[in-house]
Amino acid sequence: MNAKTKAHVGTLLLAGGFLLFLYGALTIIVDNAIAFSTRTATAATAEPRINESLFAGLTFAGIALMAIGLYLNHSWQTRRVVGRSLTYFFLTLGAVLMIFPFFWMFSSAFKTAQEVATFPPKWLPSRLSFDNFVIAFAKADFARYFLNSIIITASSVFFTGITTILAAFAFSRLKFPGRDLVFTLLLSMMMIPFEMLVITNYETIALWRMIDTLPALVIPFLSSIFYTYILRNFFLSIPDSLYWSARVDGASNWRYLWKVMVPIARPSLVTILLLNAISAWNSFMWPMLIINSPGNRTLPLGLYVFMTDAGINFELLMAASTVVVLPIILLFLFARKQIINGVARGGLKG
Amino acid sequence: MLVEMIGLTKHFGTTKAVSDFTVTLQDGELTSLLGPSGCGKSTVLNMLAGILPPTSGQILFDGEDVTNLAPERRGIGLVFQNYALYPHMTVLQNITFPLEIQNVPREERLQRAREMAQLVHVDKLLERKPKQLSGGQQQRVAIARALVKRPRLLLLDEPLSNLDARLRLEMREEIRRIQQQTQVTTVFVTHDQEEAMSISDNIVLMKDGYLQQQDAPQALYNNPVNQFVADFLGNPPINHLYGALKNGQFVLEDGSAAFTLPMDVTAIQAERPLVLAIRAESAEIAQPGEQAVFDALIESVYTMGKEALAYLKVGTQEMRIYIDPDEGHQAGENIRVALKQRGVFLFDRETEARLL
Repeated sequence: MNAKTKAHVGTLLLAGGFLLFLYGALTIIVDNAIAFSTRTATAATAEPRINESLFAGLTFAGIALMAIGLYLNHSWQTRRVVGRSLTYFFLTLGAVLMIFPFFWMFSSAFKTAQEVATFPPKWLPSRLSFDNFVIAFAKADFARYFLNSIIITASSVFFTGITTILAAFAFSRLKFPGRDLVFTLLLSMMMIPFEMLVITNYETIALWRMIDTLPALVIPFLSSIFYTYILRNFFLSIPDSLYWSARVDGASNWRYLWKVMVPIARPSLVTILLLNAISAWNSFMWPMLIINSPGNRTLPLGLYVFMTDAGINFELLMAASTVVVLPIILLFLFARKQIINGVARGGLKG
Repeated sequence: MLVEMIGLTKHFGTTKAVSDFTVTLQDGELTSLLGPSGCGKSTVLNMLAGILPPTSGQILFDGEDVTNLAPERRGIGLVFQNYALYPHMTVLQNITFPLEIQNVPREERLQRAREMAQLVHVDKLLERKPKQLSGGQQQRVAIARALVKRPRLLLLDEPLSNLDARLRLEMREEIRRIQQQTQVTTVFVTHDQEEAMSISDNIVLMKDGYLQQQDAPQALYNNPVNQFVADFLGNPPINHLYGALKNGQFVLEDGSAAFTLPMDVTAIQAERPLVLAIRAESAEIAQPGEQAVFDALIESVYTMGKEALAYLKVGTQEMRIYIDPDEGHQAGENIRVALKQRGVFLFDRETEARLL
């Protein structure tokens, strides 16, 4: 067999093996999904099961064929195609796993109570109705919760932003005795889990008679060692010569910080503030401890209304959850580039 | 502006970066601070800029003591090796930044920035970001930014080190042109002797934190005060022959060669260990009957266009001289070498002090 035929046979085997693999694997997945969703229904209505070992065999045969194909034709083009296919296969798998809960939430938000509980589950609601949203919003003062959440998130982002910028500047640019020691101590405090700090934080808030107030939700999070650490490292990557140029030009530390450092650090800063906004928006444990009166609830707390002793109203919960999650998803969609840039770009290219 | 540094000293802990440095820079001149890395030249520049406070000593600008004055109040312009442009601002914004800080009105700001951009030839690039510029262009912008506030003193810290060889030559001439056009007193820090020789009115040569010599480039080259200065300037490096005087003749230390020097050596005590330093262009192949000659063997010849460099063996020691490539001298040939008056120095072996 000459090299050319070998290559052709290899390509054919690869393509055939891939199809076989897809057919076998998908059939097994779909069959299992159906079986799972009908498991509580009576046996009579259940679909007859496929011969699973047959399809598993097909799947493995597909893999084997692909292996042989790759052995026969391993030119760099083939390897690239196979590599790409593998990459996209796993990325798709991951994406489906990540998106599915969100899809389920959105779809359930439009279903009736019966539809949510149906077996086998229905992928899509039978009609597009906003009833759940109306009922959910009538059941609790979601407008109020929404406003509270926005106040908490905005003030947390604002104050954390300021303290983070100032602290990062002090720990990277200013020189004072014990600077690095203090910073090391602060860093070591990151080792203490938040759940442990909850007790002392609670005592402090109680001492200040601020239980069940909105400021109490923000005060413990006015500064963040983690964000300071990230921003400080970014500031350290900005060359000294920039600082001295600005100083010689007459800029004060304050002016240099806001006119030069902050604009340069914008990608990092935006990432930090977005992460902070997301965690403030989603925070649940601390508000649950502090807030008692319904008027001071934030959105995540508000969702608790639908978990009653009598059971959970899934369709209402999902409708409310959709509203809670939506701003964060929108934020991510619009700021996606900023977030990824900030995470990916560590240093400053001159 | 007249810049005087009097007994300037800077210690970092136990390290003595600059010691008792006393130098005067004339108004409107371009002075190079030259020396090997770690000689303290950048420390001197940083003290002039006000970035580093001196341990002791004084700095006077036109007679006014500025030793403890903050950088922004000294009226200086500063250009760094890495240009230090603000990456988020356009060229125009970079140049106007110092004026913005000084609250210069917007119209005047733009006008002065445009004039400065024209002077350094970046007026077509005003809307670009620093990233979109070449190294040479970034350097021009940095110079414009330093000059736009009309400083009394322009400080350039190794401004050409990040550029490739061709751009370096080009920017060297540009800096000279800009300096002469603006007549601003300029300090130029460099470790490249050729750069310093070609650009400056005046060179301050430093070593280990001490001033070695301050003079015009050619004077420094022709009249070094010690062996370090002679060694540091010139390419190829100056030749060394080690020996001592005996009976009015220079004898190599192992006695493998002896010859008369083209200068009056009667004042120098015999047997004192000496270094005879000869520039490569200060020796030539002797004409028949010439005085003060010695025998040498050509070990190899490197032809470089208009001239050739011959590696010679003199007794057991080595030296390099320029020869005429057209005369066809070849390796293995025995020749006689004559020394010229200029570019031949005698240094004390121990103290490196110039004797003749």
